[in-house]
Amino acid sequence: MAQVLEPRAMGRDLVRRDGPDKIRGTAGYADETPVVAPLYAFLVQATIARGRVLDMDLTDAELGEGVLRVITAATAERLASTEDAELAALQSAEIAFRGQVIGLVLAETSEAARRAGELVRVDYEQDPHDVTLAADRDDLYAPDTVNPAYATDTYDGDVDAALAGADVVVDQTYSTAMYHNNPLEPHATTALWDPAGPGFLTLWDSTQGVHPTRSAVQKVLGLDEQQVRVVCPYVGGGFGAKGRPHVHVVLAAMAARAVPGRPVKLALTRQQMFSLAGYRTPTIQRMRLGADRDGHLQAIAIDVVEQTSRIKEFAEQTGLPTRMMYAAPNRRTTHRLAALDVPVPSWMRAPGECPGMFGPEVAMDELAEALDIDPVQLRIRNEPDIDPETGKPFSSRNLVACLREGAERFGWAGRDPRPAERLEGGWLVGTGVASSIYPTYRRAESTAIIRYDMGRYTAAIGAADLGTGAWTVLPQIAADALSVPVEDVDVLIGDTAHPYATVAGGSSGTATWGSALVEAARAFRDKFGTDPDDGDAIAGSAGPSDAAQRYTMAAFGAQFAEARVNADTGELRVPRLLGVFAAGRIINPRTARSQLIGGMTMGLSMALHEQSVLDPRFGHVVNHDLAEYHITACADVGDVQAHWIDEEDPHVNAMGSKGIGEIGIVGTAAAVSNAVYNATGVRVRDLPITLDKLLSALPD
Amino acid sequence: MRPFTYERPGDARAAVDLVTADPEATFLAGGTNLVDHLRLGVATPHMLVDVTSLTSDVIEDRGGGLWIGAAARNSDVAAHPDVRERYPLLAQALLAGASGQLRNMATTGGNLMQRTRCVYFQDVTTPCNKRAPGTGCSAIGGYTRHHSILGASEHCVATHPSDMAVAMAALDAQVRVLGRDGERLVPVTELYRLPGDDPSRDTTLTHGELILGVELPDVPAVRRSRYRKVRDRASYAFALVSVAAALDLADGVVRDARIAFGGVAHAPWRAWAAEDVLRDGPSSLMAFAAAADASIVAAEGVPGLDGGNAFKIPLLHRTLVAVLRDLAAEEA
Repeated sequence: MAQVLEPRAMGRDLVRRDGPDKIRGTAGYADETPVVAPLYAFLVQATIARGRVLDMDLTDAELGEGVLRVITAATAERLASTEDAELAALQSAEIAFRGQVIGLVLAETSEAARRAGELVRVDYEQDPHDVTLAADRDDLYAPDTVNPAYATDTYDGDVDAALAGADVVVDQTYSTAMYHNNPLEPHATTALWDPAGPGFLTLWDSTQGVHPTRSAVQKVLGLDEQQVRVVCPYVGGGFGAKGRPHVHVVLAAMAARAVPGRPVKLALTRQQMFSLAGYRTPTIQRMRLGADRDGHLQAIAIDVVEQTSRIKEFAEQTGLPTRMMYAAPNRRTTHRLAALDVPVPSWMRAPGECPGMFGPEVAMDELAEALDIDPVQLRIRNEPDIDPETGKPFSSRNLVACLREGAERFGWAGRDPRPAERLEGGWLVGTGVASSIYPTYRRAESTAIIRYDMGRYTAAIGAADLGTGAWTVLPQIAADALSVPVEDVDVLIGDTAHPYATVAGGSSGTATWGSALVEAARAFRDKFGTDPDDGDAIAGSAGPSDAAQRYTMAAFGAQFAEARVNADTGELRVPRLLGVFAAGRIINPRTARSQLIGGMTMGLSMALHEQSVLDPRFGHVVNHDLAEYHITACADVGDVQAHWIDEEDPHVNAMGSKGIGEIGIVGTAAAVSNAVYNATGVRVRDLPITLDKLLSALPD
Repeated sequence: MRPFTYERPGDARAAVDLVTADPEATFLAGGTNLVDHLRLGVATPHMLVDVTSLTSDVIEDRGGGLWIGAAARNSDVAAHPDVRERYPLLAQALLAGASGQLRNMATTGGNLMQRTRCVYFQDVTTPCNKRAPGTGCSAIGGYTRHHSILGASEHCVATHPSDMAVAMAALDAQVRVLGRDGERLVPVTELYRLPGDDPSRDTTLTHGELILGVELPDVPAVRRSRYRKVRDRASYAFALVSVAAALDLADGVVRDARIAFGGVAHAPWRAWAAEDVLRDGPSSLMAFAAAADASIVAAEGVPGLDGGNAFKIPLLHRTLVAVLRDLAAEEA
């Protein structure tokens, strides 16, 4: 059991330390890095989805005023490593997806660079492409593992026999759309190559992890760790899209190396972000549930089909939550991939759990209806005592408490389960519920240095704040670890000049970096006592989590939604979303609430709006801007409430905290779909839930 | 973006002369659509003639009707007391469009002249007969959610995106334009073309003609009017379908009706047939349904991804019936 800190600063509702700078516009983002006389890079993209470049005519492009040069596969430096095909920029003439980078223009202004990009003439040899995901493709394959390293398939007991013997069976197929992360701040990098000595590369990059970005870039470019610095104090949203460096970071570095001593700025356009910055694969989920009359699950199975790119595999772990959500003795989860001529999918907003709690949680609603059991009760009835997958106990699991408190707060009692029975002022009204889960990760390595000077403590760690609150909560943790007022603690983050920190991903940042801060604080007190001298400093590192060997650790939640469907037009409104979460100790209720309601709002967006429309004839996403790729607008967001229960978990880490960055989006879309069914009688199994899917069921 | 020159001539006539003389010149007003197109390479003028300060931004009563200067901002028109009281459907239409920030920039003339948001029109890497005549229509068989169900052709299925223009079409508004040969009035219902075999031209204006303003006639029926926009999210989305309607009722009889649709055609679609069905007939659900039936007689879905856009036909029917039903129930 970890030695849990006494919370003094932790748990306090402290305002964001980075708030004033952001409000005033003085917080600098990657593309705004103040550098002298920068050059601007613009990326030239393939307009075919498969084939090769035969010839590129750069004559007109290079004649443009202020244009320095156009770098292509024919002229680009040879990279030291092309193992990661996504990052192998301009290394070959082959085209693997539409939108792939085939050239980079360097010019004195961004306008000149973009204009020159338009003037590049390309001859292609085009091969037929294939970008269409379907469950009945004959070339689906099983990846070795699913993200990040989970078993692809699991089989426990005999699902088929259990289904055959079940009193009630639900067998349905659900799908989630292709989604793009779309942070407000486009991906951007400012790069500078100092050729002195062995050379030194500085990247001011919008990233969820300065050290992981450095690792990737140094490997691709064949540099030593000491030759690369990555700086990122602020990020204008990432949602996973900035969790791993994408090809533009490598291209910015290559461009900088082509013009030693001159800084280069490269920012993706919104349209480019739809092919170069990752996305979530569409998923097709065949769900089978079998239960006895009392609602006890006898079998639960999910068979997932999704896509990856032909050049690089990313296997979203969509089946993961089904493995341990409910106590079914017979379980089966499988993942199959189609490798298509599409851009490389990657992390996005709770990869795995987010899509993977849509099918199962709608299926549970269908089962509840078939059994005539309240959907909250059905979930409670299937609460496992231990992790059904591993047999380990949960370090803490309070799904039932969340369901009960949520039901109470939402006013679930007395809910009319009959669909399409309530018409209020021209709107069909319904309610729905779904469960949420997100694993509690803590990564094995991260180091912090704590230093004392003139009465203040400074904690340095290369962590990232995506707008989530790291600037604010890390001082709270360090203060409690040092037993000093939080006002006496500063933190330094977002720079590889600080000690190594892991990516802000998997809702693991606070747990991992906080653990390093706690170790550093303990080492500091052990060595220097409570009356240190100026300049005293020491490092501490987060080690592997022993508890992870003994326990299954996860945050849980319950989400309730009210849906209103216009009886004339099918327009859909969600006036109420209410979530109750059990996520260990909440370190800062202000930033936590923002994260949770932000996640729920993204879940609403997934339920009603988001969909990347991939046109199979061309091979690219055609609604590639924020006017056409709909993200829930403020007017769509009604009363969104996030609550939590006071959960004490002594096992997870010294803060007693579980990750909260992603659980808010998990289950939301299912709760909304279940509410829409209750409102209209239409079971929408394919997201998004748009009005055309409801029209036929509306009253005349 | 192709390099261009920027001109601010002294008056509207000089602006008209500049653009008329140069096929690659174009007017710039609020820029909320044109500047996007410059960046995307959809528009490649070599001269921009800024008319923002050359036309009137006045909104005033002129002989019973209302004059709206071409430079009047969408947000100012929507907020104007005369517009809100006398032409509520126009105020509603304006507020249903775009976002607050865009409405603060967008002008009346520019709103009328905005171009389709067809994703293929806006993507220079795909064929489009409107942007590049003769290359084909990518929307047919593609992403058609925002495309036509009325008056389309095999060459183009794009829709006109304006909400404001739909209300103006219902109001029998007239557009005052200045050309090299002087001023003329064009009814909004005749301002826009159907795509036919030349979708590259959106309007009936000739190159260089400049919109000076819009004249709204005095239409008593419009006091009982509304603009109903059905879209995929609650704000900042273009219409799947929209209905601008006004009913003049007396003793359960429809004396006059004005109806126009948005989101369904290459132009704001004046529903003459529906009006004819309603006029001098009973104000009843059955009559409203008959009017809606008449509206969709010629409607046709465009085949495309996710089943195409045929769902817009029943959606339009349902929306029109609902709007007329609600209008009839309103206090006169």
